[in-house]
Amino acid sequence: MTGAATSAVVAVERLTRRFGALVALDAVTFDVRPAELFGIVGPDGAGKTTLLRILAGVVRPTSGDARVRGVSVARAPEAVKPHIAYMSQRFGLYDDLTVRENIDFYADLYRVPRAERPARIERLHRFSGLGPFADRLAGKLSGGMKQKLSLSCALVHQPEVLLLDEPTFGVDPISRRDLWLILHEMVAAGVTVVVSTSYLDEAERCDRVALLDHGRVLALDTPAALQARLPGEMRALRTDDPRRAAATLADAPGVLAATLYGDAVHVLLARDAAPAAVRAALAAAGVAVIDDAPIEPSLEDVFIHLVGRPEARRV
Amino acid sequence: MDAVRLLAIARKEWIQLRRDVRSMVLAFALPVALLLFFGYAITWDVHDIRIAVLDQDASRQSRELVEALEASGYFHVTQRLSGYGDVDARLARGEVRGVLVVPPGFARDLAAGRDAAVQLLVDGGDANTATIAVSYAEAIVAGYSRGVVLQGRRIEIPARAEARVWYNPRLESRWMIVPGLIAVIMSVIAAMLTALTIAREWERGTMEQLAATPVGRLEVVLGKLVPYLGIGLFDVAMATLAGTLVFGVPLRGGILLLGVLSLLFLLGALGLGIFISAALRSQVLAMQVSMVATYLPAILLSGFLFDIAGMPAPLRLVTRIIPARYFVAVTRGIFLKGVGLEVLWPQAVSMIVFAAVGLALATRSFRKEIA
Repeated sequence: MTGAATSAVVAVERLTRRFGALVALDAVTFDVRPAELFGIVGPDGAGKTTLLRILAGVVRPTSGDARVRGVSVARAPEAVKPHIAYMSQRFGLYDDLTVRENIDFYADLYRVPRAERPARIERLHRFSGLGPFADRLAGKLSGGMKQKLSLSCALVHQPEVLLLDEPTFGVDPISRRDLWLILHEMVAAGVTVVVSTSYLDEAERCDRVALLDHGRVLALDTPAALQARLPGEMRALRTDDPRRAAATLADAPGVLAATLYGDAVHVLLARDAAPAAVRAALAAAGVAVIDDAPIEPSLEDVFIHLVGRPEARRV
Repeated sequence: MDAVRLLAIARKEWIQLRRDVRSMVLAFALPVALLLFFGYAITWDVHDIRIAVLDQDASRQSRELVEALEASGYFHVTQRLSGYGDVDARLARGEVRGVLVVPPGFARDLAAGRDAAVQLLVDGGDANTATIAVSYAEAIVAGYSRGVVLQGRRIEIPARAEARVWYNPRLESRWMIVPGLIAVIMSVIAAMLTALTIAREWERGTMEQLAATPVGRLEVVLGKLVPYLGIGLFDVAMATLAGTLVFGVPLRGGILLLGVLSLLFLLGALGLGIFISAALRSQVLAMQVSMVATYLPAILLSGFLFDIAGMPAPLRLVTRIIPARYFVAVTRGIFLKGVGLEVLWPQAVSMIVFAAVGLALATRSFRKEIA
């Protein structure tokens, strides 16, 4: 084992999981470092959920292994569980229990000493704002509140590793921002966080990101390094007919990719191509350019370029 | 095994049960309601059989015979017919269950010491009632004719069987029914109570979260069992109260023994429900399967309605794996005969085996794995 692997909190090695003929994960390998905010990004069906479930010890790998804090999830899944917290994609708490009862239940399951509970719950309430709702049934909370409650239950035993499967899916923008603030706080406090998302703007907040597609890791790096990988210049064009523009540019010389982005078209130009050639091609097709400017490529641009199709979900 | 985690599961289960009206009804109201309903509905006793009389003799003797029938309490003469033509129609329409025909010359034949026959036409559609009605009528007519024959004389009867019925001297079928019914109802209710618990966690998505915690399989199974064990024992106590107070069934044996054996039975039955729930992962399916798996065998093969000794040999063998069979024997034994472990130990052993199998199946079938 290499030096990097031994210091890794999560070490995934050639992890493979098949469901019948479907290969959900195909020899996935990566390491997560201590107190890292590690993102797993990919379209639906990429294998994000399966990966997190295996790390949480609730799905067995077909082959390969993952070590969480040095414990093999393939051989000793139960030994992994006391040290981690897992938040499933679907709300996994009891709708018919109150906020307080849910937290108490998880505190009991993880054997949190009774003496420590009031202080911990007080702290959890401070960041979640759930204090005033302690006696409300979980089923009566809003989507964002539910996720904060899930996170509270996950954090009540102060896990070393936090595994989150699309925690902000279906959550309003304010609650999303709050949740990410909490995650950054956790990482600052030394917790290692592995979070999956299909929101690429969220992935940009991670320390490192693994791009997952069809069960394979396409790229793994910091968001900035991933953005720098684009083999050309990214420009945003605003035209009077965005659809026609995108269709025209897809076949234009020197254009590596043209993607419709709201009412703009993001064009990835080869380094040796001239922006003027693009405008000429559009003029020939009868499309008037209103605005044309270079932009910073987003992770989404990188992703689309790597995957070859714009499947990732947008906000 | 960790007591804190086990109790956490039990408490959670109890809170959820308390907040679900349907579960509360199933757990607390249904058993006693079923006992009262079936306790009144199921009876083999035959009283007040409606009959019609066609008295073609119209003598003092024929009137005495009809009075004797009515005085017995088993028959109730609701119609008097004037001719044979009416007999068919009355029986066919079910207005009466039987027709007594006293032929002309009944009194004359009696007086002359000749055979005096009366005819009883019985609706055989319900064979059970018909058989009982015929035997009652024969006994009453025999009693009446003995009175006529004896009239002041004494005869010696060389051999006589003197029957004494023990445990249920008045042969009240309710005494038979109610203790067995408690066993049958608890078999069904117990499996249904736990059939929902694991499947509900799968359907609501809470199992995935639970599976990712360090909770042990046995902790989950026992934790889910504990509240229902309490409810099951409460139900047995309520049913026992209803059986003794409402139906007047005697409780001759030890309450403690009844409690302990009920506990053993419930462990197995509740475990069976958890097994079904964990194996099927669907509430609707688990409910249906647990109903079919417990209800029919408990009714048909437990000895509750049909005597096991009278079944064909292969079926008798099958009854050995029907847990309700042992519980029916236990409740009847304790209620009516007042027997203890010296008699019921084979049932106790069978129930221990059943409990162990039920819990083992439940724990084995429950897995902390999503796929």
